[in-house]
Amino acid sequence: MKHRTFFWFILPTLSAMILFIALPIVSVFVQSLFIQHEQVLIVSESCGPFGCTPTTSIDVEATAALRAAQPLGRFNGLGTYLDRSHLATAEVAEIWAESSGLGSFVSGLMDLKFYKALFFTLTYTFVVTPLVLVLGLAIAVGVNNLPKAMRGVAIFISLLPFLVATIVGSMILSWMLDGEGIIGATLQIIFNDPSLSIKASTSLMWIALMVYGVWHTLPFSFITFYAGLQTVPQDTLEAARVDGASKWQTMMNVVVPHLMPLVSFVTLMLLMDNFRVFEPIISFQAEAHAQSLSTFIVSDLREAGNPLYASAGATSILTIIGVAILLTPVLIRTWRDFNVKAH
Amino acid sequence: MATQADSRLTTLKIVSYALVAIWLLIAAFPFLWTVWGSFKVQGDFFSKADWTNAIYGVFTQRETGSSFTLAGYFGAWVQEEFWRNVLNTMVIVFFTVVISLTFGTLGGYALARSGFRYAFWILMAALIFRAMPHITLVSGYMLPFFEWNIWGLKGTAIIVLVAINQPFTLWMLHSFFKNIPKDMDESAMVDGCTRFQAFRYVIVPVMWPGVITTGLFSFLLAYNDYAVTSMLLSKPNETMVPAVASFLGSVQVQGNIMFAVAAVVSATAPLFVLILFFQRQIVSGLTAGAVKG
Repeated sequence: MKHRTFFWFILPTLSAMILFIALPIVSVFVQSLFIQHEQVLIVSESCGPFGCTPTTSIDVEATAALRAAQPLGRFNGLGTYLDRSHLATAEVAEIWAESSGLGSFVSGLMDLKFYKALFFTLTYTFVVTPLVLVLGLAIAVGVNNLPKAMRGVAIFISLLPFLVATIVGSMILSWMLDGEGIIGATLQIIFNDPSLSIKASTSLMWIALMVYGVWHTLPFSFITFYAGLQTVPQDTLEAARVDGASKWQTMMNVVVPHLMPLVSFVTLMLLMDNFRVFEPIISFQAEAHAQSLSTFIVSDLREAGNPLYASAGATSILTIIGVAILLTPVLIRTWRDFNVKAH
Repeated sequence: MATQADSRLTTLKIVSYALVAIWLLIAAFPFLWTVWGSFKVQGDFFSKADWTNAIYGVFTQRETGSSFTLAGYFGAWVQEEFWRNVLNTMVIVFFTVVISLTFGTLGGYALARSGFRYAFWILMAALIFRAMPHITLVSGYMLPFFEWNIWGLKGTAIIVLVAINQPFTLWMLHSFFKNIPKDMDESAMVDGCTRFQAFRYVIVPVMWPGVITTGLFSFLLAYNDYAVTSMLLSKPNETMVPAVASFLGSVQVQGNIMFAVAAVVSATAPLFVLILFFQRQIVSGLTAGAVKG
């Protein structure tokens, strides 16, 4: 295809991506370097019978005018990144100096909101992802053993939790987990503790969020693996059987290696999606117990009246860096594959 | 060709069947429960004392005289004007899907037929863009959109959703067009067609299976989106998903949680129908990316 034709064909999609994906990333970065103007103060002397006292008041008009003239605010460099609600370098150094061991250092870090959210995001990602991989494979094998007629039904039912909007799905689950909902009430009976409330306990809330994460993403890994199972070569399976391999050995030594490329694809997708968890937290109304990097951005942007663009921008850039770290191994591999193919 | 070993029930098989059965129960139960419960009153939906109340609707019978009530749906659709959100969703989803598919087919076709190195780089960039959390992009839109006074409009949300959709659409259609033999459009060009005519008259007629599959996923992305629609749409332009979420806050205060339940069921029902009709395409679309790698 000629360069010129290629250009016209790719123009709409490329300009959409540049304007609304690439530029916003730049815009987020620029925003994160600025900080809102301070309020304009006027000092006036108020004179009474006992002499004059200077009083400071906020010049609302001038503040509003300044903010309207320069909506970005004043330049702050990397200040926002290092402040108390983000990387908190000063506080971290202090905790490091004061802490007696690793344990107390970590518990000190957990008091800082950024590290707490990062800890939740990472725990969520690295608990949900392996669980979804293993269970997805197990269910795919199980469904593959079912009679043909039942497989379609199984897939139909499995697709529902995956395709429903995250916010809607987690809302459904949160009603059931409520102290008066079916699961919550049943748990109270099982543990014989009428005051048991998932929504009041941080650790139970974390478990609930992760259970939701598994429920929501399991169908994706299950269906991908199920499709992969259809392509396992029958000859190899038969050869394994002739050689006397048990079902379990065949599974571990023939089927799983065949599915390995799919495993890395699914892992990549899951890591990406789990790292940006935030909708379940909103639906479960769990902000008091679990915050993720994404919920910070939302709450900064929702700040009544004047959104904290700088803070949201800094968190966004830090999130993007996190995603980039997760993605690097895959990108390096794709790059290598491409070069191998090219030469 | 089932051998004896295949049909024998081993422990392993029983375990795997049990696992599948448990999973299907866990997958389906929340939906069945919520759909059934949406026709009850709150006292039954949250029936702490006796869970069978939720099934038989004891309180519903006492309060309304029959064991099913449409009060939740009436409250959501009429009182809280959920129908407006449904209309907004239809408009936004329709235009998002149509525009993304138009852009995506043109771009995907070009990428599939170009052997130059920059085609690879565009695909790589798209992969990276695909990984960007939507909420971080949203925080980049807010300030400029406020400044230009286009915040809150349906059109703005449509353009943003189209752009966010592009990386995925491009990848899917690119791998789909790769499977259409090059000879088809090239022989048309030998016969004197321009590249665009070859695309229009030779490729377009055979591309629909791939376009429909991709379209389903564009639909799901736009329909289920929360990050973009909740932050970039003004109240009267809100779609179903953010409306449901904001419902939750407001109706809980007034004790009308059944409105939210009814709205949730109304928002999920179209997906149910979608899976019913397009299950095969959804499954093939899910795995298309995986098989190509």
